[in-house]
Amino acid sequence: MSTKTYDAGVKDYALTYWTPDYVPLDSDLLACFKVTPQANVPREEAAAAVAAESSTGTWTTVWSDLLTDLDYYKGRAYRIEDVPGDKESFYAFVAYPIDLFEEGSIVNVLTSLVGNVFGFKAVRHLRLEDIRFPLHYVKTCGGPPNGIQVERDRMDKYGRPFLGATVKPKLGLSAKNYGRAVYEMLRGGLDFTKDDENVNSQPFMRWQNRFEFVMEAVRKAQEETGERKGHYLNVTAPTCEEMFKRAEFAKELGAPIIMHDFLTGGFTANTSLANWCRDNGMLLHIHRAMHAVIDRHPKHGIHFRVLAKCLRLSGGDHLHTGTVVGKLEGDRRSTLGFVDAIRESFVPEDRSRGLFFDQDWGGMPGLLAVASGGIHVWHIPALVAIFGDDAVLQFGGGTQGHPWGNAAGAAANRVATEACIKARNEGVEVEQHAREILTDAARHSPELAAAMETWKEIKFEFDTVDKLDAA
Amino acid sequence: MSDHLIIGDHATVGRHETFSYLPPLSREEIVEQILFILDNGWNASIEHEHPSRAFEYYWPMWKLPFFGVQDPEQLLTEIEACRRSYPDHHVRLVGYDTFAQTKGHAFLVHRAS
Repeated sequence: MSTKTYDAGVKDYALTYWTPDYVPLDSDLLACFKVTPQANVPREEAAAAVAAESSTGTWTTVWSDLLTDLDYYKGRAYRIEDVPGDKESFYAFVAYPIDLFEEGSIVNVLTSLVGNVFGFKAVRHLRLEDIRFPLHYVKTCGGPPNGIQVERDRMDKYGRPFLGATVKPKLGLSAKNYGRAVYEMLRGGLDFTKDDENVNSQPFMRWQNRFEFVMEAVRKAQEETGERKGHYLNVTAPTCEEMFKRAEFAKELGAPIIMHDFLTGGFTANTSLANWCRDNGMLLHIHRAMHAVIDRHPKHGIHFRVLAKCLRLSGGDHLHTGTVVGKLEGDRRSTLGFVDAIRESFVPEDRSRGLFFDQDWGGMPGLLAVASGGIHVWHIPALVAIFGDDAVLQFGGGTQGHPWGNAAGAAANRVATEACIKARNEGVEVEQHAREILTDAARHSPELAAAMETWKEIKFEFDTVDKLDAA
Repeated sequence: MSDHLIIGDHATVGRHETFSYLPPLSREEIVEQILFILDNGWNASIEHEHPSRAFEYYWPMWKLPFFGVQDPEQLLTEIEACRRSYPDHHVRLVGYDTFAQTKGHAFLVHRAS
């Protein structure tokens, strides 16, 4: 027997959607928002408004609310916390019942959680800080097509990070000259080279021509060095049909890995491509162009840790995470937090690393973290200490800017990395002893000595814009 | 003076993955890496193969993985025995990581000439 009656008009959101006594279920999807309300809007009302507008609510009551059990379907704001060192904003924790979301659809989750609510008038700024995906939901997603362990076995690389480089200049080379740059880097000692994200299929170098020359470079470097190599062939394309056409051709040529830009390409395309990769034994490198538009402002948008978790569910085997040390943004503890979120099977809540929830990934494979952007041989000791083995250290200018060219630059990167791994395994603190380790390794490698001389003065010491919240 | 006089050349040579860009490891250095494998709780194993087939995934195992062996000297003895039995083969040491279900470490300990 129903006791509710229809009462038209506008009610405070808090009456329905602020439920401080609610104990979240294991199957709930939990979200933490950083809310900056408009002046005179109480915290509870703003938090409830976010919960309502990202789930079942609209601005007024409607009679058809009474045709369903909204208490079963509604999102609930269940906790409010101060943001350390910030008086105008607060954290709102919202629990969403799992049945609000289509199984295996990151698209649906994001459309709900970061849809209309981000333009909502009662809040001045809104930032999605973290999501806890219940294991029940994780199990409905495909996840990484291969994962770290499969990639190591397939590429035959153990006990060290992978080494890569993006081909430069990123635009303007002909396919044959581009393949030359790839060949030189791979024969010098890198494991992977990469299409720049801007390279799709422009008039100066069409994709088909690039794929053929690049795979010839990979084949020859592999034969000559006796090591397995690959090049991330970028299949990001204007349409899904075109994307799959390029992926099929990469497979036909024997490429071990392809690449996709997950934000500009979109989650629908990305998830479909990941499924194709799983079925076709293809590794998938994921670039993140456009992420800084979404994640850089500390009070508005979506934190990258959320985008990274979404990508793990959508599917990819590598994900760019920033370097902490190079030319691009990255706070060390925060970066390590989301690096764990893409690599580990269980990641505990840890506010000091920006992780607001425990996250259980079950048996879903992890991805390699890709550290790319403005790095060179002098950064390698720190990169090895920060990222460990399950990463791709990616040197663009740090390989091709070597005074002797790409092969020597690649060899310098490889020698420095192996020297650091060897020292680390011997129990040496590689960051503290960076100079000794590199200097010692350079005695046997004129390539490394020349690289160390070239880049000895370069530093990127700009302050981080998006810092962890701290008092 | 042209810069070409001081620009060096990097020659391509055959490699064997991890540590093959460093000088060959000494006996003491190999012991350090064995200790690293054992300290991680990994199982040491020895593999060998003729250089003409070194690119292939599977190299023949020397005996079985050395489950439970904690003494680096014993592993060095086995490496030496493997090398004597297959003098024209490469020999590599592997650490099997049970939890990651892959190799935690793998590097050449003897390079066939």
